[in-house]
Amino acid sequence: MYNNSITAELDIQIFIEVKKMTKVPYEVYTEEVDTLSVLSPDGKIVNKDLLPELSDDQLKEIMYRMVFTRTWDDRAVNLGRQGRLGFYAPVSGQEATMVGSEFALEKDDFVCPGYRDMPQIVWHGLPLYQAFLYSRGHQHGGQIPEGVNVLMPQIIIGAQILHAMGIAMGYKLKKQKQVVITYTGDGGSSEGDFYEGLNYAGVYKLPVIFFVQNNGYAITTPFSKQTAALSIAHKAVAAGIKGVKVDGMDVLAVIKAVRDAAERGRNGEGATLIEAVTYRFRPHSLSDDASKYRTKEEEGEWNEKDPIARLAKYLEQKGLWTEEDTARVKDEAKAKVNEQIKKAEQTEKMTVPGLIDSMFEQTPKHLEEQKADFQ
Amino acid sequence: MAQMNMKEAIRDAMRVELSRDPNVVIFGEDVGNVGGVFRVTEGLQKEFGEERVFDTPLAESAIGGLAVGLGIQGFRPIAEIQFVGFIFEALDQIVVQAARMRYRSGGRYHSPIVFRTPFGGGVKAAELHTDALEGFITQTPGIKVVVPSNPYDAKGLMIAAIRDNDPVFFMEHLNLYHAFRAEVPEGEYTVELGKANVVREGTDVTIIAYGLMVHTATKAADELEKNGIKAEIIDLRTIAPIDIDTVLASVKKTNRAIVVQEAQKSAGVAAEVIAQINERAILHLEAPVLRVAPPDTVYPFAQIEDTWLPTPARIVETVNKVLNF
Repeated sequence: MYNNSITAELDIQIFIEVKKMTKVPYEVYTEEVDTLSVLSPDGKIVNKDLLPELSDDQLKEIMYRMVFTRTWDDRAVNLGRQGRLGFYAPVSGQEATMVGSEFALEKDDFVCPGYRDMPQIVWHGLPLYQAFLYSRGHQHGGQIPEGVNVLMPQIIIGAQILHAMGIAMGYKLKKQKQVVITYTGDGGSSEGDFYEGLNYAGVYKLPVIFFVQNNGYAITTPFSKQTAALSIAHKAVAAGIKGVKVDGMDVLAVIKAVRDAAERGRNGEGATLIEAVTYRFRPHSLSDDASKYRTKEEEGEWNEKDPIARLAKYLEQKGLWTEEDTARVKDEAKAKVNEQIKKAEQTEKMTVPGLIDSMFEQTPKHLEEQKADFQ
Repeated sequence: MAQMNMKEAIRDAMRVELSRDPNVVIFGEDVGNVGGVFRVTEGLQKEFGEERVFDTPLAESAIGGLAVGLGIQGFRPIAEIQFVGFIFEALDQIVVQAARMRYRSGGRYHSPIVFRTPFGGGVKAAELHTDALEGFITQTPGIKVVVPSNPYDAKGLMIAAIRDNDPVFFMEHLNLYHAFRAEVPEGEYTVELGKANVVREGTDVTIIAYGLMVHTATKAADELEKNGIKAEIIDLRTIAPIDIDTVLASVKKTNRAIVVQEAQKSAGVAAEVIAQINERAILHLEAPVLRVAPPDTVYPFAQIEDTWLPTPARIVETVNKVLNF
């Protein structure tokens, strides 16, 4: 009896194994993929072949931008609590994905951000005080200077993915070599616009990079409730484009992934979906309480993977960075933020007549009449 | 001058602009190879190539987003939404993205897009192919809405819409595509957006309409004339913005007016026209301005379409109400 039961269990085991191995020819299979990784959390190179080519100055510049961005985020959260900033989505924890992905592009490439992606458009050329104005609800925040190829942050999750696809088609029709990058999160990858954008980019072979920062939560909803796919990167398969999964706390891996994708785009090889696995150290926004949906243990585990600490260790080992450098950048960043928030606060207020005049190229008669009520 | 139906006139407008401006591109579901399900763009891909006139995958939100992206790149996209009921899939891109682009960017970017879509009742089409959904769009700041009623206007309005640097929602009535032919000049000309047209002069009552309802109103006016009532008919042509000056000039002459619309009665274009008449000309009125419009139900299945839509008889009846007030 006892022996029989063991045999039966073994039979089941074998049956399961055989079933696993037998692929039905007309069924679709996907497999788990590795995560592209270059730096270990203690700052050691784990994959030399994948290390992107970067000069010492470039490495220091990346470090500078990441420390600057973290300090700006700290200050912005404080400014928000003081009521000096409007809507603000914190970025700490995501410096590798934000700074790294933008750094991998050329200046004339185009950036289509989601609502949290202010660092990318600032590093791409938007003056910081305009970023603050955007948060403060001032139209000048979205008046991107000529020659800076970015859109203002998109509030409707996923809508910017379609704009990126259209801008990329523009480059293709004009036979220009630029690529377009667009950002969304793990939540955004569930939107219809996400699938439509990937699909169009596949059909038309467009030079666009769909960069998903999977920070584990769509406001409060965990990634486990977002998709049953093996990963977000796997969704590229359905659109016939390249999919890549990358360690989003590893800035060198992020740069490697985006550079490869940009090269494919410039070579006419089409679009790439990059999933960067990351974490936001802070809540979704200043009115969100992350302790309601995340544990201290989980937050602690991710703090261990801090992208800034990781790059700092690597650079310290190379003799390129010291703690004093970090302190110096922090001071610089604080001074710059103070100066730029003041500039934002001193910018002349919007007016209703000005708003009316920004609706159409030529203000129609009925709006001219309505303007009179506010003059 | 050539004789064209409205479909041919719209096609001719697009051909003129494709020839004139290399930034004009046309895309949508089935618009390339066969020229769309109504063949409005027939032959244009063959003439201008697949980079200028092309088919898209079946996804309306992406059609809208593609238009917005190409607009940022300096193109003048003409994006076709195959049937009006499918605009719901693209509504974010039309009313949130395209219509707000100029405002959100403080003028840095704009959306010089024409969204074309067939609509309109009386053809016994499938559900959501024929609804008059213009109210959704006319409530949206930042976009113009055009509804031509004849081939001449359709061509001139389409050329004006393509050249406009702001988004235009261009609604083509299914029942007018092949309804009749009229003289249409060759080459380029524009009909100014935002300008109504007095299509029939009269002294006793003003009937304000647009799209197919201009023709329904004309039939009613013929009936009224048999009884010696001279109705003036105004074709709005553009329903956002509304050319209220032309309406007021007529109302001040006739002192009585009704508005006819194919969309359900409440919160529509007719309500807006009446509100503006009240604001500006109430002392000129001898009677309240009434509406002829379908009831506030969903658009009916084909069986009762003809009785649900405004008819000449109901227009005559309503005119008699304002005359006998």
